[in-house]
Amino acid sequence: MSAKAQSLLWIAQRASAAVLAACVLVHLATIIYAVRGGLSAAEILGRTRGNVAWFTFYSIFVLGVAVHAPIGLRSVFIEWLGWRGRSRDAALVAFAALLVWMGMRAVFAVFA
Amino acid sequence: MSALAVEVWRGGAQGAFQSFEVPRHPSQTVLDVVTYIQRSLDATLAYRFACRVGMCGSCAMSVNGVPRWTCRTHVDKVARENKLVIAPLRNLPVIRDLVTDMRGFFDKWARAKGSFAGTKTKRDDFARVAPDSADRRKVDAGIECIGCGVCYSACDVVAWNPDYLGPAALNRAWTLVKDERDVVKHERLRAVAGDAGCHACHTHMSCTERCPMGLSPTAAISGLKRAVLGSVLKGEL
Repeated sequence: MSAKAQSLLWIAQRASAAVLAACVLVHLATIIYAVRGGLSAAEILGRTRGNVAWFTFYSIFVLGVAVHAPIGLRSVFIEWLGWRGRSRDAALVAFAALLVWMGMRAVFAVFA
Repeated sequence: MSALAVEVWRGGAQGAFQSFEVPRHPSQTVLDVVTYIQRSLDATLAYRFACRVGMCGSCAMSVNGVPRWTCRTHVDKVARENKLVIAPLRNLPVIRDLVTDMRGFFDKWARAKGSFAGTKTKRDDFARVAPDSADRRKVDAGIECIGCGVCYSACDVVAWNPDYLGPAALNRAWTLVKDERDVVKHERLRAVAGDAGCHACHTHMSCTERCPMGLSPTAAISGLKRAVLGSVLKGEL
C-alpha cells in the first residue's frame, strides 16, 4: 500500500473520529432524555419509525464506526500480531462489512 | 564514602547481569561508574563514550530501566537505595555488554530522507533565513538532536513495530521539511508518511519525556502529520 493510501486511511480515521465525537454526544443526550423522561419502548419506536432525521443520524453513526474501528484495528494487528498483507486487509474489510450490517440492521429495526 | 551496588549487563542478546561494588563520590555520573568498573574491576567490559560532556550522544544506556545519557546523569539523581542497574539501550541489537548496534537507528534517518538537499553551490551567496520566521523557529526547536538514541529506546511503538522510523529520524525530517532552503520536501513527506512513519506514532510522548536535550520529537511528528495532511489535500503526495 502506498504512503498516500496509508495517509488517506489515517485521515479517514481522524475524520470519522470527529464525526463519532458529535454522534456519541447526541446519542448520550438522547439516552439520558429517554430514560429521565420515562419513555416506554413503544413511545421511542413511535418517534423513530418513519423518522428520516433519526434514520440519517444513526446511519451516519454506523458508517462512522465502520470506517473508524477497522482502521484502528489495522494498527493493532500490525503492532500486536505483525499481521500485514492481503489477508489482514480482507479480514478488516469483512469486519467493516459486519459492522455496517449489524449497525444498519439495528437502525432499520427502529425505522421500518 | 559508601559503596554503590551496580548490576551491569554482560553478553549479547543472551547474557546476564553481573554485580559490582563501586565507591561513591560527590557529583559522580553513571558514566564515571561504568568507567570505574572497566578500569579498576573488569577490563573486559565493553561500553561506548567519547566527549563526556553531553555533546556526542554516544554514551546512552538504560539506567534503572530508563534510557539516559550517562555522562550527564548524576548517580544521586537515579540511584535507588544505593543501587544501579545498567543495561544497553532497548530497541537496538546488543553487540556486547553495554554496546548496541546503532546501524538500524541511523539507517532510518536515511530512510526518512534526513539529508539536506539544496540547490546552491559554494559559489553562491549565503541563503538568508530570517531567525524569527515561523518555520525557522520550528527548525530551531528540533535541530539540537545529538543522535544518542535515547528517544528511540524509550519509544514503545519502535518496540511493537520494528519498521517504525522512530522519533529521532522523524524529528530530523521535520527540521528539513521546515527548512526553506530544502528542495525535496514532497519526497521526504512521502518517505515519512504511513505505517512506518509519522502516522504510527501514538503520542505516548516517551521520546519527549526522555530526550536529554529537551527536544520534543512528539511535536515534530505532529507537525509531519499536519504537513502530510496538507500535502494529500493538495494532491502533492
